[in-house]
Amino acid sequence: MSKTNVQQVPDKYFTLSQQSEAEENIQDTQPVSLSFYRDSWRRIKKNKGAVVSLIILLIILVIAVGSIWFSPHNPDTQQVQYSFLPPKIPGLHINGFNGYAKQAGVWVDVYKEKDVPSSVYFYLGTDQFGRDLLSRLLYGTRISLLIAFSAAFLDLTIGVPYGLISGWLGGKADTIMQRALEIISGVPTLVVVVLMLLIFPPGIPSIIMALALIGWITMARVVRGQTLQIKNQEFILAARVLGQRPVKTVLGHILPNLSSVIIIQTMFTIPEAIFFEAFLSFIGVGMRAPNASLGTLINDGYQTFQFYPHLMWYPALIISLIMIAFNIFADGLRDAFDPKMKG
Amino acid sequence: MSETILSLDDVHVSFDSLNGKVHAVRGVSFDLHYGETLALVGESGSGKSVTCRSIIRLLSKNASIDDGSILYEGKNILAKSQREMRSIRGKEISIIFQDPMTSLNPTMRVSKQIALPMIHHLHLSKHEAMKRAIELLKRVGIPNSEVRYKDYPHQFSGGQRQRIVIAIALACNPKLLIADEPTTALDVTIQAQIIELMKDIQKKNGTSIIFITHDLGVVAKVADRVAVMYAGKIVEIGTAEEIFYLPQHPYTWGLLQSVPTADEADEELYAIPGAPPDLIHPSKGDAFYSRNPYALEADRYYEPPYFQLSPTHFAATWLLDERAPKVEPPPSIQRRYATFYKKHGGKP
Amino acid sequence: MIVTLLLISSVTFLLMQKLPGSPYGNEEKLTNVQKAVMNHQYGLDKPVVVQYLYYMVGVAKGNLGVSLQFGNQPVSKIIATRIGPSVQLGIQALIIGTVVGILFGIISARFQNTWLDTSTSLFAILGGSVPNFVFAVLLQLFFAIDLKWLPIGLWDNGFASSILPSLALAITPMADSARFIRTEMIDVLHSDYIELARSTGVDEWTVAFRYGLRNAVIPLITILGPMVASLLTGSLVVEQIFAVPGIGEQFTKSILSNDYFTIMGLTILYSTLLVIVILIVDILYVLIDPRIRLIGGTRDE
Ligand SMILES: Nc1ncnc2c1ncn2[C@@H]1O[C@H](COP(=O)(O)OP(=O)(O)OP(=O)(O)O)[C@@H](O)[C@H]1O
Ligand SMILES: [Mg+2]
Repeated sequence: MSKTNVQQVPDKYFTLSQQSEAEENIQDTQPVSLSFYRDSWRRIKKNKGAVVSLIILLIILVIAVGSIWFSPHNPDTQQVQYSFLPPKIPGLHINGFNGYAKQAGVWVDVYKEKDVPSSVYFYLGTDQFGRDLLSRLLYGTRISLLIAFSAAFLDLTIGVPYGLISGWLGGKADTIMQRALEIISGVPTLVVVVLMLLIFPPGIPSIIMALALIGWITMARVVRGQTLQIKNQEFILAARVLGQRPVKTVLGHILPNLSSVIIIQTMFTIPEAIFFEAFLSFIGVGMRAPNASLGTLINDGYQTFQFYPHLMWYPALIISLIMIAFNIFADGLRDAFDPKMKG
Repeated sequence: MSETILSLDDVHVSFDSLNGKVHAVRGVSFDLHYGETLALVGESGSGKSVTCRSIIRLLSKNASIDDGSILYEGKNILAKSQREMRSIRGKEISIIFQDPMTSLNPTMRVSKQIALPMIHHLHLSKHEAMKRAIELLKRVGIPNSEVRYKDYPHQFSGGQRQRIVIAIALACNPKLLIADEPTTALDVTIQAQIIELMKDIQKKNGTSIIFITHDLGVVAKVADRVAVMYAGKIVEIGTAEEIFYLPQHPYTWGLLQSVPTADEADEELYAIPGAPPDLIHPSKGDAFYSRNPYALEADRYYEPPYFQLSPTHFAATWLLDERAPKVEPPPSIQRRYATFYKKHGGKP
Repeated sequence: MIVTLLLISSVTFLLMQKLPGSPYGNEEKLTNVQKAVMNHQYGLDKPVVVQYLYYMVGVAKGNLGVSLQFGNQPVSKIIATRIGPSVQLGIQALIIGTVVGILFGIISARFQNTWLDTSTSLFAILGGSVPNFVFAVLLQLFFAIDLKWLPIGLWDNGFASSILPSLALAITPMADSARFIRTEMIDVLHSDYIELARSTGVDEWTVAFRYGLRNAVIPLITILGPMVASLLTGSLVVEQIFAVPGIGEQFTKSILSNDYFTIMGLTILYSTLLVIVILIVDILYVLIDPRIRLIGGTRDE
């Protein structure tokens, strides 16, 4: 019935055993419980999609910021004589990327037609004013990211304190603060943003403000919910009983426990802000010329879309890529922080 | 009576987890006879539920049955396809889970939940199945079943819900019923009623039952035989009387000592010291070694085999080897021995 | 409810007072006298408080003022003529989006962590990530310009005209509901009652559809509000791209031309719509299943 051969056990082992301390300790500590963040990090590293997304985002970020110093052309220089040039990449001889474009069914070297010096390359072509699309794209990406990150940051500064205070105080204060949120969230975000943009002078700060205005509500809700949950846990109760000052308890004990939730929420707000900015610019109430953002670039491209589709595709591709990467990464983060979500 | 309905032999089950492979069941063997109730006891995490779920092959995706065989009426369960398994589940073997509050589908009428398995297995018409469902509700003791069959789960009390769960399990007259802590979530009077109901059903249908529980008091009421599990193994198995009055394994001693009994009310309640064992890196000796006050050096290095004490009684501890030193069991266990010998005679 | 609406209309009104620029498009050509006459005509020369009261009383009576740009039409009439296409698009999009989304969500959950799950989830992420105006242009390019199957735009071809814009609008609710249902369904499929259903021998599809579906779909109503809100947003660009004479297109036009009363009217309309949807969701919540109230309670807190 069993695999152990009784005879093979030496006689000397038949004495009462004194379990040593060390061994018991091993028994006790062996189910290694990694710390929460290390555990989450391990999980996220296993998620290929999230890792790839993170890398893509970092690359885009580095290139967008780096292009402040290394832009192939000046994004604002207009050279009308060079308008609507197709992409031309040195060393690449595929039609569509070598300065040739199809005109009435035949591939024509547009650069020659427009007398562009042979040493001048526009990697992604030029727009209707002869501006280099690649440079504008880099610049636009930078602006879009800047807007999104700033809006997300503002979200944090409004939403987190609001949620913390509401959740921590509880009772009447909480009820009132929640009612206020409810009323505000009854207004379609679209309407809020559009109105804000109509009133404030056009420009990047107004857009950031307008976007922050819609984003903080969700953040406040999420933070409040978590605060309510955490505040009744034993270590918080203990801190309260011991007479720790509320501010210290909130900042020292509750906030750190909220960090994962806040990070995840921020990772979802950023792409949303990118989308909204692009959306506003697309309908014409966002960024004004000569500023560029991914939204205005798409809009510009859309105007001449039938004839020069690449002017729209490149910015559309970049914005989609950023959005997808952010969403996948945020999903991955959420799954990693909250493993029970993924069975 | 003594013919075997279910036979497990050296069953191993493991789970993949982030920290490594969890060896939840490590060589479980037992036989179950027709019409018999076997109680499976042991502390939390000892592998009782996993053992039972392997019998109907309803384990989570990260689980694998690595070794051993499970014969149901002589046929190997482990060799069956999922399709064949589905025709066994609910029809031949039914299972009842612990928590009646979450075991019922909240958005489905209870009668439908009872009727669906019958439509599925017995190919009854909807109408016929519904009629049977109402009868079953009555049989498990739901008053006004002709009216209440239309209700949703939240309209019933916890005890009533567990009765409904039992009705679902009984719908197709299974030969084997696995009850995984069916009474743990209920209060004491309801517990007693549910146990009565199950015994009643067993008497009428001749159902074999595997009854999982923490509660040795419940075991005493229902079980013909008892298997004690520790760290994925059965450490001792025998008739209820043998386990209660002639326990041999120090772990069983510990379990029995931690139950309050009438005649030793003044004695301090005992708790087995130490933490449950690590199932990711199981020790090569006896898993109970580090918590065992009667551990031998042999327990540390060698897995103890089963020592047979009677045709029905087996225990896996080196204490039963002839070379082992004689140890005195704790006083309360010795009193149990005494009770046994007084009743049956035999060695003092 | 009422408070929300009152607040919105008041705030909108006040904001409009601060609006830079003039409502008259051809400003340069107007003399001061002409302006004064027009201001008088529209009541814009009265004190703000009086204007406010006039306006609010009007709103209560269903009078939203007149458009300053589009041939002096009453705003309510503009809305009346334009609401049809928008509502049709919205409803079609919502239906297509949720039905497809639910199916995707179920497939994902049912085959969790397989390639089928990965691809449907990826599809949902694409749908949720690619801005809907990009998607709209893609649809237009492919089905209208290249394949010439469907009209490029305008609203003169009956149902055929509505297909592409509906699809473009549907992508967001589709992605939202697919992701939502996936998570819900995974939860449901791991629940005790589904385990019990499995233990009675029913197969996985029956488990998913007969036992699980309802439990997973009911909570979907909680995101109905946000979904409708994002449809409103989407309608602005989609109607513009497909030249649909709907509310969204009107809103864009009005914003770009500082058309006070129309902007206010539409703002109030949008808010009312959203408030009504939220109200309906609340009512559904209570009606559908008492259990939901419990779940909703624990989920929010
Ligand atoms: N899906 C799973 N993944 C990983 N480990 C699991 C899984 N299910 C069970 N286990 C592990 O298997 C071991 C045995 O679990 P099981 O549920 O059988 O215990 P049990 O004896 O039924 O306990 P209880 O009395 O608490 O119900 C536990 O250590 C548990 O952690
Ligand atoms: Mg269990």
